[in-house]
Amino acid sequence: MSGPSKYEPKTGIERWLDSRLPIIRFGADLLDYPTPRNLNYWWTFGGILSFCLVAQIVTGIVLAMHYDPSGAGAFISVEQHIMRDVNYGWLIRGIHANGASMFFLAVYLHILRGIYYGSYKTPREVLWLLGCIIYVLMMATAFMGYVLPWGQMSFWGAKVITNLLGAIPVVGPGITTLLWGGFAVDDPTLNRFFSLHYLLPFVIAAVVALHVWALHVPGNNNPTGVAVKSKSDTLAFHPYYTVKDGFAVSLFLILFAVFVFFLPDAFLKTDNMIPANPLVTPPHIVPEWYLLPFYAILRAIPDKLMGVLALGGAIACLFALPWLDTSKVRSMRYRPKARIFFFVWIVAALILGWCGSQEPDGQLFPGVTTFNLIDYDLNSVTWISRFAAIYYFAYFLVITPLLSWREKTLPVPDSLYTPVLSHGAATPAGAVAAAEKKG
Amino acid sequence: MADALTHPDAAEPSRRDFINILATSATVGAAVAVAWPLIDQMNPAADTLALASIEFDLTKVALGQEVTISWRKQPVFVRHRTPAEIARAKADDNASLKDPATDASRVKPGHEEWLIVLASCTHLGCIPTFGGGEYGGWLCPCHGSVYDTAARIRKGPAPKNLYLPDYAFLSDTKVKIG
Repeated sequence: MSGPSKYEPKTGIERWLDSRLPIIRFGADLLDYPTPRNLNYWWTFGGILSFCLVAQIVTGIVLAMHYDPSGAGAFISVEQHIMRDVNYGWLIRGIHANGASMFFLAVYLHILRGIYYGSYKTPREVLWLLGCIIYVLMMATAFMGYVLPWGQMSFWGAKVITNLLGAIPVVGPGITTLLWGGFAVDDPTLNRFFSLHYLLPFVIAAVVALHVWALHVPGNNNPTGVAVKSKSDTLAFHPYYTVKDGFAVSLFLILFAVFVFFLPDAFLKTDNMIPANPLVTPPHIVPEWYLLPFYAILRAIPDKLMGVLALGGAIACLFALPWLDTSKVRSMRYRPKARIFFFVWIVAALILGWCGSQEPDGQLFPGVTTFNLIDYDLNSVTWISRFAAIYYFAYFLVITPLLSWREKTLPVPDSLYTPVLSHGAATPAGAVAAAEKKG
Repeated sequence: MADALTHPDAAEPSRRDFINILATSATVGAAVAVAWPLIDQMNPAADTLALASIEFDLTKVALGQEVTISWRKQPVFVRHRTPAEIARAKADDNASLKDPATDASRVKPGHEEWLIVLASCTHLGCIPTFGGGEYGGWLCPCHGSVYDTAARIRKGPAPKNLYLPDYAFLSDTKVKIG
């Protein structure tokens, strides 16, 4: 924590406890934490994500009380027992299943916020890396959770993802067998996935604690990217940001409730309403929406090992970002070119997501044939994925380093306070005013 | 040895150095010995490995038909190939193949109408569908790998031809897999 603690124990019991386990002081310091006064609503996703994690753990523990992790019983225990017979089982499972999508929606916005405002730059690299680790753990947890209902998509998703590791030279097949516990995805696989699906959220909670710790050493970044210079730049976390975060969580809950109560099946695939069958692959197998861009990158490359490496590389780029972007200016408010390339990157990721949802031999313009290049017609989902994937990687590996070096940035305000007070009127360049409108 | 502890030359290993090395090695050895059972328990258990071979009656499969059977929980294609399929596969023996193999090497001698392969795509394990793709064989619905009528990989991300299980003909109409 920065600065001396302002907590003063008032009662005898508090003084007694404070000299033995200063836990009340710890909580009081967290609430009193000096936070930049100009944080906008993009900064509320930390609170929203904390809510999501707690909601998933609470509903998950309850579901585990009713779930049967066996190949013969899993499907029935979810689709019949929990969804129809357990009191409020439909509600708790609805929150848990849709909660995963809500969690990823929030984490993607949180990550995009971090990229746009340069929150990964010095001195916050470790904070960023811990966030990347949480993201990877979330994907692993979500994947294993998706397997548990043991429907067709669960089963075949498990088979495809575990086979990804089989592409690793030499040790790959051994790892796959180790994960399966058999010759194929089967009962032992389901059992261990259940065990790990229960474990990983607590690992995530531990890494979140480190993430918050790493946040509280340098303190929050802010929309200007200008460092906090004096106490007047900050406000106490409570009540200012507890209220702001609380309001954002309420809005987020409205969206959450729309899915749980009105569109409970929106994210589910009809194929997953068929019990797992090891002898039939569903005609069109796709992962959950939050993994589609990576799936499209995997499919874009006509080689097993290279495809898997590209898939891993797409995630590895996020880890490397603090060292790929060396620009001194944090916030893209003052980086007009970086901003444009960043928004195009978001579009590329969305295009990849669309491609991932299409059938592998799909076309952009149905029935139109152009010419064949590297095994595929140019008018194919494969080629659209290839173009988008090239931009995805170029953004990290070429554009970002080049921009750090060449970009002419706009003037950065002297303090994070200046644009707040002036509302753009008295700032040296029109740029800050323009940035304000965006804020 | 008694004066080793007070040896004036620091570069000379002392009895304490020896004890440190011994203790560290013993701890690392113990850690590995404890970790191995915890890792190896995830590998297939004895009852899983004990799954026996199966016999299959080929008279159930008409000419041009294909069935998918389960062997060791893995899907296996038993395809009764038409003369046209066999001719097409043989014609491509010298084509540019990703995983070169002749049609003859994919079947048992004298039983070339029977193609018996593991039905898991060598890319990521989905079951390919017959009749898709431009080589008259299989198309994997997951990532678009295309196999020909000898189940050889022709296009897409899969690296290998569909694997051949160990099998033998017990008679003209009965085959033993495994």
